[in-house]
Amino acid sequence: MSRIEGVLQTLKGQGRKALIPFITAGDPHPDETVGLMHTMVDAGVDIIELGVPFSDPMADGPVIQLACERALKHGTSLRRVLAIVREFRQANDTTPVVLMGYLNPIEAMGYEAFADAAAAAGVDGVLTVDLPPEEADDVAPLFAGKGLDPIFLLAPTTTDERIRAIADHSSGYVYYVSFNGVTGAAKINVEEVAAKVAHIHELTALPVGVGFGIRDAETAAAVGRVSDGVIVGSVLVDTIARNQADIEELKRALTDLLNPMREALDSLAS
Amino acid sequence: MSVKLTEEMLTALPDARGHFGAFGGRFVSETLMDSLMTLEREYLRLKKDPEFQATFDKDLADYVGRPSPLYFAERLTRETGGAQIWLKREDLNHTGAHKVNNTIGQALLASFLGKKRIIAETGAGQHGVATATVCARLGLECHVFMGAEDVQRQSLNVYRMKLLGAHVHAVQSGSRTLKDAMNDAMRDWVTNVDDTFYIIGTVAGPHPYPLLVRDFQSVIGRETRSQSLEKTGKLPDALVACVGGGSNAIGMFYPFLTDESVQLYGVEAGGLGIETGQHAAPLCAGRPGVLHGNRTYLMEDDDGQIAATHSISAGLDYPGVGPEHSWLKDIGRANYVSVTDDEALDAFRMLTLVEGIMPALETAHAIAYAVKLAATMDKDQMVVINISGRGDKDIHTIAQLDGIEL
Repeated sequence: MSRIEGVLQTLKGQGRKALIPFITAGDPHPDETVGLMHTMVDAGVDIIELGVPFSDPMADGPVIQLACERALKHGTSLRRVLAIVREFRQANDTTPVVLMGYLNPIEAMGYEAFADAAAAAGVDGVLTVDLPPEEADDVAPLFAGKGLDPIFLLAPTTTDERIRAIADHSSGYVYYVSFNGVTGAAKINVEEVAAKVAHIHELTALPVGVGFGIRDAETAAAVGRVSDGVIVGSVLVDTIARNQADIEELKRALTDLLNPMREALDSLAS
Repeated sequence: MSVKLTEEMLTALPDARGHFGAFGGRFVSETLMDSLMTLEREYLRLKKDPEFQATFDKDLADYVGRPSPLYFAERLTRETGGAQIWLKREDLNHTGAHKVNNTIGQALLASFLGKKRIIAETGAGQHGVATATVCARLGLECHVFMGAEDVQRQSLNVYRMKLLGAHVHAVQSGSRTLKDAMNDAMRDWVTNVDDTFYIIGTVAGPHPYPLLVRDFQSVIGRETRSQSLEKTGKLPDALVACVGGGSNAIGMFYPFLTDESVQLYGVEAGGLGIETGQHAAPLCAGRPGVLHGNRTYLMEDDDGQIAATHSISAGLDYPGVGPEHSWLKDIGRANYVSVTDDEALDAFRMLTLVEGIMPALETAHAIAYAVKLAATMDKDQMVVINISGRGDKDIHTIAQLDGIEL
């Protein structure tokens, strides 16, 4: 069983929901990312999604675009991101880490070389935003064969036929994008999300994490009620941007954001 | 390595998932997949629909003014002292470039699909103007995304778009040029996918765009083929076209792909020189990667980050290229070369003075290479240059280089 499956099964057994933060690796500086990851674990998160910076993040809004620019300015290459995960693993071998980003940096490194290096560094899953399952016939089995869970997106526009096909390519969890749009936009409709996630649950046994539009304890609880986990990104990345000059203050601010979300999710526990 | 292409091979491409050999495909976020699949299905249906094709042909004739002439550039030929140089006059189309062939076709598709809101990206502004034009005619809401740097260097076209009722969004992210405009157009599309049709201006992007843009632009090559036979009794020996994303080049090349005797030359922007790294020539100096929905030759660094590009012409200032060109390069059917900013500027002045035809700076790249090529060929041979656009939009850039304020 993969580390991701293990964590999600344990949570399910406890009747709890996963809290999954996203931050961009190398933002505000690659030397700080491991520390920020440990801070988030201390604040009670279950899985960490670590963004691999890309020069042209087409699916992201301005907040994560700027995070990519800050990280790239300090030379945060894919290899550097893997080194960050390796360092994180020295002190933590329980919290799953999912790399999330775009295909081209992986393609440039080479799929096999990347899969080997990522598995060796302690990466647990890979989510490539611009890689639909149609183009992943070789990549998904390659990743899975190295012990990396291939994680794919589902969207409000995804048909039933595609939900089944995508679930077939996935392991760990599927990531449901709560609305049509880019990261950081604020237009989540909880009733619509609840209906769609319930429908996805009918079509696949995989856990469903929901991201996009979750910015506080209230939205986290509302979405956690209808899913297996919530993914929180832009509000954390924006906090990093605003506190980049003072890392201790930044860690306090991240903790202050995550603690109430954790409490709100745990208050749902049956 | 060159492969003899047959009609059967061509009709099998792109394949069902949009691949041209190792290139193309559909690399987008999940939200867009359903729209792209619907577009593909509807396009393949309409492609065979006589009513759709008749409407398209009528618009090309009566609104665009097709066929565009194939003109023998007698004085340029004499000055060059080699092969006969002929010009395919896409600059005489309504709106002044080849771009309108495609926007007419895609706007028609949008109407058949019932989409009322149109978005487009633009570099030099020619595609933006062509999109704003068809939207004005059909009463569609039009949003054009344009890099902030391009908004500045192509201010005339920005104003034309505004006069045509379009909303022009100046894109401030990244390098503030065409690739960033495309990023923001994709972001808008993913946000408004239910009611919005994205009119992509070149043969890049996710399947089916490279297919449908090529089909709409192929009228250029079909006309050139029959005009050439009619006027000279034979096919041209060489075709030359500039390549940014590559829509005018593929439109010219495609109907000649099975004619082995016709040499194809795509001319990329060499900027300050390939050796300086300051250029926009992915086919000459890049490697395969994935950007903007397709796998193709790209300019990128060792980490797979997209590289900054440079060209004097905003329309060629793009780090990628259409996937069908990548395929034609790899099978050896087309030759891809580059010319520098300075060579393009010289060619702009030459065509203006010698033939009284002021080309776009993008087009000037093709002219610069064609003149060099023609000089090495026999006098009974024939070169056709695709004059993809007119140069009015570039007058400010030229004047600035001459130290003149207009």
